[in-house]
Amino acid sequence: MDDNLRREIILDNYQEPFHKGLIDDNSYCKVNTNSESCIDNLDFIMKISNGIIEDIRFDGEACAISTSASSILIRKLIGMRIDDAKDLLKNYKNMINEKDYDEDVLGELNVYNEISKQPNRKNCALLPNVAIEKLLGEMENGK
Amino acid sequence: MNREDFPMLSNDIIYFDNGATTLKPKCVVDKMNQYYFNHTSNIHRGDYDAAIQTNILYDNVRNIIADFVHADADCCIYTSGATMSLNMVVFGYMKKHLKAGDVVLLNKAEHASNILPWIRLQEEIGIDIQYVPLNDDYSLTLDNIKKCVTDRTKVISLAHVTNVIGDVRDVQSIGKFCHENHILFNVDGAQSVPHMMVDFKESYMDFLSFSGHKMCGPTGIGVLIGRKELLEEMDPLFYGGGMNSFFEEDSSYELKDIPVRFEAGTPPIAEVIGLGEAIRYLTNIGMENIHQHEIELKKYLLKRLDEIPNIIIYNKDSKSGILAFNLDNVFAQDSSVYLNHYHIAVRAGNHCAKMLKDEIHIKNTVRVSMYFYNDFSDIDRLIDALRNSEDVFKIVL
Repeated sequence: MDDNLRREIILDNYQEPFHKGLIDDNSYCKVNTNSESCIDNLDFIMKISNGIIEDIRFDGEACAISTSASSILIRKLIGMRIDDAKDLLKNYKNMINEKDYDEDVLGELNVYNEISKQPNRKNCALLPNVAIEKLLGEMENGK
Repeated sequence: MNREDFPMLSNDIIYFDNGATTLKPKCVVDKMNQYYFNHTSNIHRGDYDAAIQTNILYDNVRNIIADFVHADADCCIYTSGATMSLNMVVFGYMKKHLKAGDVVLLNKAEHASNILPWIRLQEEIGIDIQYVPLNDDYSLTLDNIKKCVTDRTKVISLAHVTNVIGDVRDVQSIGKFCHENHILFNVDGAQSVPHMMVDFKESYMDFLSFSGHKMCGPTGIGVLIGRKELLEEMDPLFYGGGMNSFFEEDSSYELKDIPVRFEAGTPPIAEVIGLGEAIRYLTNIGMENIHQHEIELKKYLLKRLDEIPNIIIYNKDSKSGILAFNLDNVFAQDSSVYLNHYHIAVRAGNHCAKMLKDEIHIKNTVRVSMYFYNDFSDIDRLIDALRNSEDVFKIVL
C-alpha cells in the first residue's frame, strides 16, 4: 500500500474517528482496555440483536494507532453476524502477529499490515481487537 | 559529564529516560563480571578463597550504602528494589503497629508503590488514607501537610522527589516536624538518592527506600533503611535460609539479628556488589556536582523550549532534571514514538502516578528525565526534533 494513502486513512480515522463517544443505554455491554496497556485507556460498548452486531462505540484517550484502528474496525464490524465478526477479528489479529491471514476480508484494516515492524505498536493496533473479543465473550457468557 | 564511561552512549542515542532506569557505567558491569568470572560463590557459607573474597565485597557494600546516605550499616537491608522496600515497611512494620482509624498522609503525586500497599493495608486493617493537597505548581509543602495533621495522624509517607513533576520535597523540615510530633516519616528515595545528597539521620527519616538500577547500578537490587528500633520491631515478609538461627521439631525457632533477618534465601550477590561499585562511582563524581549539573540542564532545556510554540509544560519550576510535557494535540505515546525516530529515548504515559491526573488534569505526559551524563548537545538534539514536530504523523504513521 502506498505510504501516503496509508497515512491518510489512519490520520482521518484518528482525527475524526467513527463512533467515538459513548451513549448511556443499558442494552449495551461495556469493557475498558485500561488493563491491556499502561497508557491507552479506551472504553468500548456494543449492542447485539438477533446474532448481528447492531452497534459499537468507543471513547477515551489513546494514540493514533489505537484510536484509528478502533474506528476502522468498528465501522467494519457493525452489521456483521457474530461468526463473521469473529473471523474478521481472527484475521486481523493474525495479520498484526505476522501469521497467515486473508487480506480480502480485512479491507481498510490492511493499513496496519506493516505495524509489526514496530513491535511496541502491535499492542496499540490490537487494542480494539482485544476489547471487542472480550465484549463478544461476555455477551455469549451472559446468554 | 563522564559520558565516556557509558558504552551505550556510543550508539548514537540520546537517553532521557533516567527516571525509569539509568545507563550502566562499564566499571559496574566489570565489577559484576569479576564476581561471575573470578569468584562466583554463595555468601556466608564457604571457607574457600572465592567465597571469602565474595563475603568481604558483599558485606562491605552495607558500609558503602551507610556512608552514602548517612545511616548505620546494620540498618541497611538489601531488597529487590524500592517497591519491595516500601512493601516491607507497610506490611512488615505498619501492619503490626497501626490500627483502624490511624491516619496515613499521602499525596496524589506519589508513585504506585507508595500508594497501593497503603490501599491494601486500608482494606486489611482499616487505616485511614488522606491525601495532602498539592500547590498550584503540584509541589508539596510542609504548610499543607501541617493543615492535614491531627491527633490521628500516625504516618507521613512521601517521595523525596516525585517521578513526574520532579519537585524536591523539603524532607529535612518535614522530617523534623514528624519527629517533633511523633509521626512516622517514610520516604521513597527512588528519584532522589541517585541525584542528590540524601541524609537519612539529619532528615529524621524513619524509613528510606531506593533502587539500585536508577543510580547506575544493576536491576534487582534495592535498599531499605530503617531506624534500628523500628527494624527490631518489623516482621520479615520472607522466611527461609540465611535469616534464622535455629528451628526445631517443636516449631520453636529463632531469627537472626537485623539486617540479615530480612534477607531470606540467596541474595542477588552480583547485584549487591554492582550497587556498591555504582555508589563508589557516583561518590567520586560528587552528588552535589550531579545535582547542580541536572539543574543547569533543566534551565537550558526550559530556555530552549521557548522556541517551540506548540508545547505544554507541566513542571517548569521543579528543581530536578525532570520535565513533563505534551505537544499540542499529539498523544504522549505518539510523541515518544516520534522522538525515537531521532534516537531520543523518553517515556510516555502516566509514569505509575495514576492519581496525578486529578491534579494536572491530563492522564498522560511525555517525560524527559536527565542524569549527569546528559549534556547541552542532547537537549539541542531534542529541540531540533521538536521543532520539526509538525511532521509528527508523517514520521509515526
